[in-house]
Amino acid sequence: MPLELILQYVFSGLVYGSIYAAVAIGFNIIYNATGIINFAQGEFAMLGGMTASTLAGLVPLWLAVTAAVALTAASGAAIERIFLRRVARAGVLKMIVATIGLSILIRETALLAWGESVRTLPFFSGNEVSSLSFLGAHFSPQVFWVAGSTALIMAGLTAFFKFTLMGKAMRGCSANRDGASICGIDPGRMVTIAFGMSAGIGALAGCVVAPLTQTHYAIGAELAIKGFTVAAFGGLGNSVAAVIAGLALGMLESFSTAFVPEAYKDVVTLCVLLALLFAKPTGLFGSRAASMKEY
Amino acid sequence: MRIRSIAKPAVLCAVVLSCLSPAYAADPIKIGAIFGVTGPAAYLGAPEDRTARMVVDGINKGGGILGRQVELIVKDSGASSEKAISFAKQLIEEENVVAIIGPTTSGESMAIKDVCEKAGIPLISCASAETIVDPVAKYVFKVPQKDNYIVEWLYRTMNKLGIAKIGVIASNTGFGNGGKAQLEKYASKYGITIAISEVYDSNATDLTALLAKVNAAGVQAVVNWSIEPAQSIVAKNMRQLKMTAQLFQSHGFANIKYVQAAGEAAEGIIFPCGRLIVAGELPDSNPQKKLLAKYNADYEALYNEEASTFGGHAYDALSILKAAIESAGSTDPDKIVRAIENLRNFSGTAGIFNFSPADHNGLLMDSIVMVTVKKGKFTLYRGN
Repeated sequence: MPLELILQYVFSGLVYGSIYAAVAIGFNIIYNATGIINFAQGEFAMLGGMTASTLAGLVPLWLAVTAAVALTAASGAAIERIFLRRVARAGVLKMIVATIGLSILIRETALLAWGESVRTLPFFSGNEVSSLSFLGAHFSPQVFWVAGSTALIMAGLTAFFKFTLMGKAMRGCSANRDGASICGIDPGRMVTIAFGMSAGIGALAGCVVAPLTQTHYAIGAELAIKGFTVAAFGGLGNSVAAVIAGLALGMLESFSTAFVPEAYKDVVTLCVLLALLFAKPTGLFGSRAASMKEY
Repeated sequence: MRIRSIAKPAVLCAVVLSCLSPAYAADPIKIGAIFGVTGPAAYLGAPEDRTARMVVDGINKGGGILGRQVELIVKDSGASSEKAISFAKQLIEEENVVAIIGPTTSGESMAIKDVCEKAGIPLISCASAETIVDPVAKYVFKVPQKDNYIVEWLYRTMNKLGIAKIGVIASNTGFGNGGKAQLEKYASKYGITIAISEVYDSNATDLTALLAKVNAAGVQAVVNWSIEPAQSIVAKNMRQLKMTAQLFQSHGFANIKYVQAAGEAAEGIIFPCGRLIVAGELPDSNPQKKLLAKYNADYEALYNEEASTFGGHAYDALSILKAAIESAGSTDPDKIVRAIENLRNFSGTAGIFNFSPADHNGLLMDSIVMVTVKKGKFTLYRGN
């Protein structure tokens, strides 16, 4: 395989890997805070992209994206307060089922609000036909925005959880809910913030990728499956692992096109994933402790 | 007691309502429709749905068919063959429809071909695969141009442009696989070599990896055969990869929204399709021009969006059905089928239809023109 082609596959994998990683990070934040898998995670990416595409017609692009992220974060927090908190006592499993229901609700609402049309966002720099070259490989400048924002999310979150009081409080809640309560931390509030953050991150991912992949009301389900795959692949609860696993899955997908038809790339990646999970059920970097959460 | 107390007003209401209803004289004619209004084929199914509602409204305002009002029952299949089958059965068995128009996609049409054939209910498909009407099934018709005609138009254009080595990419659907098979079948007739031929997932949102592979095969042109939003993505990805190969699309590209989604990357795409989207450029002598202009104007006024050839397919299906029921003077399925087979020089949006017992499509090669994209608009392709 010539070098240009290999590089081309790498760039292609980078875009996908970054998006999967961003969605997986969203899964992890909520998992750490509550122990549930939020299957509405993909819908946040959809909401972000769709809201931004609507606003982009009215205000400058940067403002549209910022507002879309803020609005989606607010709706993520609201969803937790309005719906999930009510079923929290019923247990983790019922909450997970509730998130599946919520994802359907959000999707259908989006269909009513935006219709079935496919939408795009303007490219953040350049336009549809802009292209950068690197050692004979070509790619859209948007690739930098996608990879860069995922890197920024990862770095920002690491700093947030390590250095800020609120980040530490959230970690405390995650490690020992009762203990954190006794120390004066309100676990309910932390969970709401976790949902807000996770929705905001999903929305940002949905915005940066929209110029490349386009967006419509139904993209959420597939992103949620891929994001969950990546989260499980890396080990639930670990954001750095999610990025590594996301990139690995992205590369696997793009390189698989060299050998099998594109239509079957999901088959290849899912086979590899299943094999890995049989060998190491906690994921690449996961531990037994992290996979035994209770709300 | 309670039941009795509401019984009288309820009966009164029913009587009053039925007197007010214009359909009181006779039962309405029920026509079923299966469109992929949402899902991957939404850019086809949604305009079909809107057109069908518009046409039926027009028919009812004009006095209906044979003096009876028309009741259109639309089912949204989301372009899923499984759903199309269960909707077809529901329409036939529970709603007792006279005929079914749609489905939107070739895969769905093939899936319900047998259902309609066994039930003896006429089906007028809005999808393009040749296999829908070849071999001919007694009750199954289709209104879009056959995919083999589209392929021959593409190859003729390539011959003129001196293109001999191409790459084919198609979405993994009935439409995509049908087109890919036709492209492979006719390539040698036109001296074209297909260097690489691949299918991709119909929900694909990034095709750079696949296109890099196609590019590495050293092709002069790429033919993309799909109906999904991937059509815009292919255009963008090719430009981002700095590919110099000419991009050809199938007639699945004939919705201006795909051009808008691809932006500047859509410039110069060439594809074959019916005349509807270039109606304004046709000479006044063209027999279809008036009809096309009227349909475009009506649709755009009502829905505030540009018309597409796909909506035109629903228009054709309904107007053919109306003409057939009127000339048969009955809604008997066999009589409708015979009446459609006897339609001659019937002007539709896709072309001039001439059906026969052996030809359930009724369109010829000349129903197709080559179209290109210039400054974000569709325009007739006139060669270089």
